[in-house]
Amino acid sequence: MVINTLGKPRLSKFYEFQPAEKQQELIRHVYAVLSNRPDNVSNFIRSLGAIFGPDTRLVYKHYATLYFVFLFDNSENELAMLDLIQVFVETLDKCFRSVCELDVVFNYSKMHTILDEIILGGQVLETDSVEVMRAVEEITKLESTTTASTLINKSIPSWWAS
Amino acid sequence: MAGPSLLDSLFQRSLEDLIKGLRLYIGDESSFISKSLDEIRREIKSTDQQTKATALQKLTYLHSIYGIDMSWAAFHAIELSSSQSFNFKRIAYLAASLSFDPLTTDVILLLTHQLRKDLQSPNSHEVGLALHALYYISTPDLARDLTPEVFTLLNSNKGKTRKKAIAIILRLFELFPDSVRVCFKRLVENLENSDPAIVSAVVGVFCELACKEPKSYLPLAPEFYKILVHSRNNWLLIKVLKIFVKLAPLEPRLGKRLVEPICDHLKRTTAKSLAFECVRTIVSSFSEYESAVRVAVENIKEFLNEDDPNLRYLGLQALTIVASKHLWAVMENKDFVIKSLSDADVNIKLEALQLVLAMVSEDNVVDICKVLINYALKSDPEFCNEILGCILLTCSRNVYEIIVDFDWYVSLLGEMSRIPHCQKGEEIENQLVDIGMRVKDARPELVRVGRDLLIDPALLGNPFVHRILSAAAWVSGEYVRFSKNPPEIVEALLQPRTSLLASSIKAVYIQSAFKVLTFYLHYSISTKGVISPASQGVEDLMHGRVQENSQFVRPVADSDTESFEDMSVAHEWSSLTSLKVEPITEESIVNILDLVETTLGPLAGSHEVEILERSRNVLGLVELIREELPGYLVKREEDNDKGQRKTHEMIKLIAEAFSEELGPVSASSQERIPIPEGMELNQSLDDLDAICGDFGLHIPTSFSLGRSISSEKDDVTMSDRQSKEEVESTESTSLLAEHRKRHGLYYLQSQKKEMVYDDYPPANDIKTGDNADDEANDLIKLTEQSLFSKKKANQAKPRPVVVKLDDGDGPFITAKKVELKDDLVSGAVRDVLLGDEATTSLSRTKKSDKPSSKRRQDKLDKDKSSRPKEDSKSMENSELENANLRRSKCHSRGKEKKQRSTAIDRDEHEEGDKQKVSHHHGKHKSRQRADGALTLAAQSPVIPDFLL
Repeated sequence: MVINTLGKPRLSKFYEFQPAEKQQELIRHVYAVLSNRPDNVSNFIRSLGAIFGPDTRLVYKHYATLYFVFLFDNSENELAMLDLIQVFVETLDKCFRSVCELDVVFNYSKMHTILDEIILGGQVLETDSVEVMRAVEEITKLESTTTASTLINKSIPSWWAS
Repeated sequence: MAGPSLLDSLFQRSLEDLIKGLRLYIGDESSFISKSLDEIRREIKSTDQQTKATALQKLTYLHSIYGIDMSWAAFHAIELSSSQSFNFKRIAYLAASLSFDPLTTDVILLLTHQLRKDLQSPNSHEVGLALHALYYISTPDLARDLTPEVFTLLNSNKGKTRKKAIAIILRLFELFPDSVRVCFKRLVENLENSDPAIVSAVVGVFCELACKEPKSYLPLAPEFYKILVHSRNNWLLIKVLKIFVKLAPLEPRLGKRLVEPICDHLKRTTAKSLAFECVRTIVSSFSEYESAVRVAVENIKEFLNEDDPNLRYLGLQALTIVASKHLWAVMENKDFVIKSLSDADVNIKLEALQLVLAMVSEDNVVDICKVLINYALKSDPEFCNEILGCILLTCSRNVYEIIVDFDWYVSLLGEMSRIPHCQKGEEIENQLVDIGMRVKDARPELVRVGRDLLIDPALLGNPFVHRILSAAAWVSGEYVRFSKNPPEIVEALLQPRTSLLASSIKAVYIQSAFKVLTFYLHYSISTKGVISPASQGVEDLMHGRVQENSQFVRPVADSDTESFEDMSVAHEWSSLTSLKVEPITEESIVNILDLVETTLGPLAGSHEVEILERSRNVLGLVELIREELPGYLVKREEDNDKGQRKTHEMIKLIAEAFSEELGPVSASSQERIPIPEGMELNQSLDDLDAICGDFGLHIPTSFSLGRSISSEKDDVTMSDRQSKEEVESTESTSLLAEHRKRHGLYYLQSQKKEMVYDDYPPANDIKTGDNADDEANDLIKLTEQSLFSKKKANQAKPRPVVVKLDDGDGPFITAKKVELKDDLVSGAVRDVLLGDEATTSLSRTKKSDKPSSKRRQDKLDKDKSSRPKEDSKSMENSELENANLRRSKCHSRGKEKKQRSTAIDRDEHEEGDKQKVSHHHGKHKSRQRADGALTLAAQSPVIPDFLL
């Protein structure tokens, strides 16, 4: 999940079904934990047992105004997860050319596409940001070609309405 | 109809507009959201796909960021998923995967056809979308219906698709175990794919599977070993190591093979993540390989010296794992660990704390505690309490195993109570009382510490300390004979600020004041002679008491430093007393009585029953004495007339009742009493559980009040404390004696091997509440002495089995449960491994149509050829036999695959030999299993595990 420094969620993805209220609660909980931590400390949090289950660990990274948070169990390596956040952010960086919070806010579905290329069903599938980029670009191209026809007449109203 | 739809679409807000709008309405988002929701509800019904898609996209956004319910839109998402447009399809599947609940969304089944179509699509991204959606929304039905499609994809020539299909397999296995039969073989084949990304995905799946039930995947160990040796992909290696951690405990020989390659990686790699994983694997699973541990510890040191707090934290964590088996590793890094206690990072501090405590031993406990207390004083409240909690826990472990000097420990407890942030009141309270009952020699110090705590009015202002004060009050009352100045304690117990205490603690205070008062009066009567010239008689009396109670009676004296244990000073003291005890005069008694009356008088009308009752008891006593007070002390010396003696007699009785020793009693002793025949206890276990739960909740509170409350709870009818005590002391001791005679077996033995245990008073008061610590500890001791124990109350028939049963009960059941839960997948996996085996051997031997028996035959031959004369070797236990069965499959396969490293092959030959020993049994069973693989579902392979 991605949360900004004010506790607003920007992107969240749960690999087991959670009802919406539960999701919000979890995000709030994570934020409460994170916001209390100073900057120069380690990026792992272990004691989340009460709310996420005993083996769950959390790794987060703080970029400018955003927290990137991954939760994982003991079949993942902590440092590898930290790298994975790096990969994710790198990819975002490449996609949006130096990513900032606004990019994350306005490119909601693209964020999902990127994340989906990296992780499927809780399994890390791709750790090379170049590969991820390639896939994402293909998908974007695919989107624009298939919607080109409809976009022609849609582009005007959307510009009009705003 | 077309009109509004067109209008809608013309003026529809896009997702971007929505987000912009939300950003404008900061602070008042909810009204904007509800407005937008209304729009969405309208738009989503549109026949225009674009409008619908945008609406759905907006809704999905609101759902995932603002937690808006969108279950009502499930059908629209399904509708849209059939769109030709990739973009719309994507929006639809995203909405589905984020909002569908496989358990409750009933329209999911409508997606089956569409998913199937998309899984077969030539466009790999469309397949990707479908796979993603399938992961999130798959139900057992969906998994069943789509297994064939996913199976096809496992062989897809597009790497990306194949990878995704592999990842999805895990979910299919979970939901539809039969899919294992179809897909497993192909999954395993993918392990040998040249594309590391695919292998990585497969290993990832196995890593997850092995977490649940490692046993079934032991046969694949050689494959993983190959990856471990040859691969240079860090992700892959980490996962393989994770798998081996799971497999290692099942197959001790794995260690020998694995240690070397792991160490190689450790030395070679520059990636910290892999290095850490190697270290963790070694220290957690292969800690018996000294040289490997050395290498690992070297590496840990490097971690510790890094600047990155993450690495330092992980280093400490690894050190914590080592600590249990190789304490030297911690000792080597002692300085760093201590330094880390003041690190800015909470994680690091906590790990360091664990390590420091791991180093604690009898010799250094005093020093370490001193250091820790210093840190506690400096750190923030939270960490301070963490430290205190850890100290308390470590020191009390195994009935204060590491504590030699209890005087020191007791004063440490006192010191802790004064730390401003201390919130461990309850634990300290328990330990103070516990030590008081268990360790006789610590009592004088306890009373001193208790007194210091009680007379400090400032402490009463801190509610966290109240529990400790309650213990201090109890100790002061119970062991008042060690007190130097009882009147002072009475004053402290009755000081005005005690009104700040909770009523239950206040009750303890009053009861303690009662005890102290009684002691004081009793003492004043018996030592009154001291003032008179004829002091000889008193000395006799004192000696008499010393012998009678086999307990040194501390006279009232102000001297500070005498050792209490030294009996020989008695004479000296009595002379000392004769000078200093002057304060025990009628006047001082009158003063105390006045004090008691003025403070307790108002409480006699208290609404709190406990307080009311206790203060009335005390006041009753005061009144009684007051009647005869004039010449109270003098008269007795002149002539011991009956009237006076009555009071004296009374006081003496009470004092004696109070001076009786309280000993620790195991909280579970009740359970160990055999259940009378014909008593049905297991009729409704639920009720019993509930009752037990209630009981457990009560114990701590009643315990805190010491003896008085808990005994009063037991027989409420006796409102009069005095008579109760008397009755109790006579009746219950006789009953107890009888009980003891009959069930002596269940009593704690009074002779213990260690010094600490020597101090155990016999368990003589069955009504004493006891804390959970005791229960565990006593249980441990019981096990040590291999005393017999009755089963828990829920078994109607008492079974005279060793305590072990009590302990073994829980884990056994849970283990079984786990097994049953997972048996579907793992059972199927085993089947497939077997089936796999069968088919491979089939292909090798070509013409056999009975694969299982053929295979068996195959193996028999092999066994014969490689069999040394080991027939007489005793049967291995069932577990091993099972492992062997499975290994042996691997064995035959190993033969087929020539490229396997010879080392492993040799290993497996050994396996084969052993396997043959248990052949008679194995043969039948495994054939049964192999048959099961061909025909039946998963249950059959699991059962033999338990029957063997």
